[in-house]
Amino acid sequence: MNGVFDLGGTDGLGPIEAPPAEPPFFQDWERTVFTMQLSCMIGGWFGLDSFRHGIELMDPVTYLSSSYYEHWLHSFEHHGIAKGHIDPDELDRRTQYFLDHPDAALPVHEPKPQLIEIVDALSTHGAPASRPTEAPIGFAVGDVVRVRGVAPLGHTRLARYVRGKVGTVVAYRGSFVFPDSAGNDRGEDPHHLYTIRLEGTELWGEEYADPRTSSTFDVWEPYIELVRESEGAGT
Amino acid sequence: MSEADRTSEAIAARVKALESMLIEQGLLTTEMIDRYVDIYENEVGPQLGAKAVAKAWADPEFKERLLEDGTAACAELGIGGGQGEHMVVLEDTDEVHHAIVCTLCSCYPWPVLGLPPNWYKEPQYRSRMVRAPRQVLAEDFGYEIPETREIRVWDSSSEIRYWVLPQRPPGTEGWSEEQLAGLVTRDSMIGVAPIEAVS
Repeated sequence: MNGVFDLGGTDGLGPIEAPPAEPPFFQDWERTVFTMQLSCMIGGWFGLDSFRHGIELMDPVTYLSSSYYEHWLHSFEHHGIAKGHIDPDELDRRTQYFLDHPDAALPVHEPKPQLIEIVDALSTHGAPASRPTEAPIGFAVGDVVRVRGVAPLGHTRLARYVRGKVGTVVAYRGSFVFPDSAGNDRGEDPHHLYTIRLEGTELWGEEYADPRTSSTFDVWEPYIELVRESEGAGT
Repeated sequence: MSEADRTSEAIAARVKALESMLIEQGLLTTEMIDRYVDIYENEVGPQLGAKAVAKAWADPEFKERLLEDGTAACAELGIGGGQGEHMVVLEDTDEVHHAIVCTLCSCYPWPVLGLPPNWYKEPQYRSRMVRAPRQVLAEDFGYEIPETREIRVWDSSSEIRYWVLPQRPPGTEGWSEEQLAGLVTRDSMIGVAPIEAVS
């Protein structure tokens, strides 16, 4: 979907404010939200790609004016409600209760060692997104390719600033879960993944690009089409 | 009340409401929050990336492995995990400088850098870093890169997690890996700051 979250090349947002140091969390509730992402994944509410899409579906004004972990909270609510894991009226009722009684206790519960095991496994080993595919590898390093000039609906990683632009394949990365499928809850549908390099002049025009700059962008096979093969190909 | 106007108290109440529901569903415990947060507040951070960089500076064979397969080489040092399953390390040279960004969300190599700083996740950096990287580095980060040096910005659009192997500064010959690691900052591995020269 074309949305405000797709920020590459947007102008007028002002200077970057980068303090020399900052803590990982500013508010206690951010710690809870950070952990809830795992809870929702364990509960089958979303995978990583559909989690991202839940953020993309936020009201655009709210997206730009709210903090990072509020984005996460929005995605939890979106998927939890859409998929029937939580009742929105119950969520509202409890929210009002905790607003009126901020110090009220959480439900009494026992520790669950299996949840700690998942936390430790994920933070140590992660969850790879690489998946095998039988499909042939369609492009080679050095191939000149054009990013498809399409505007998909739903979740995609095909950012607007690269659409229709011509670049060169600089690496083949293996085959991976395809966000345009997984992010729309349609299964993993793995595809080959490449990194392409796009010159600044191609992206922004000769007169507007910073001199001698380029961007690289990772593209799944369906995102690109061949312009011409690598000059070394077939020799 | 629209979401945009929510106060910190309102958000905290909303989070607590959802927290209570997830606890009842058996998907969350307060112990789980304490453990997960402790890992990213106290265990995983840029000191781990600095360790890998220092080793690469001191050991050419390790550097070769790090550039060949960032995930496998970091695993040798016991470094790895979520948001670093597929790491690719970018070597800065006199000719080319690298920097990372995620224009679509906030992808960042957690196992070597920890959780991203706010500015990395905010719209200003994500919008401008691809459009005008030389200008952003100079004006917003005070990092002047001469026009003779090419800049490559790596937009993390997939699950590949990129990060930068900065250049080893002169004057550090014979330093131990621990001493070298002390020079390596988070920002130098994002690509928005140089390694400070050794006097």
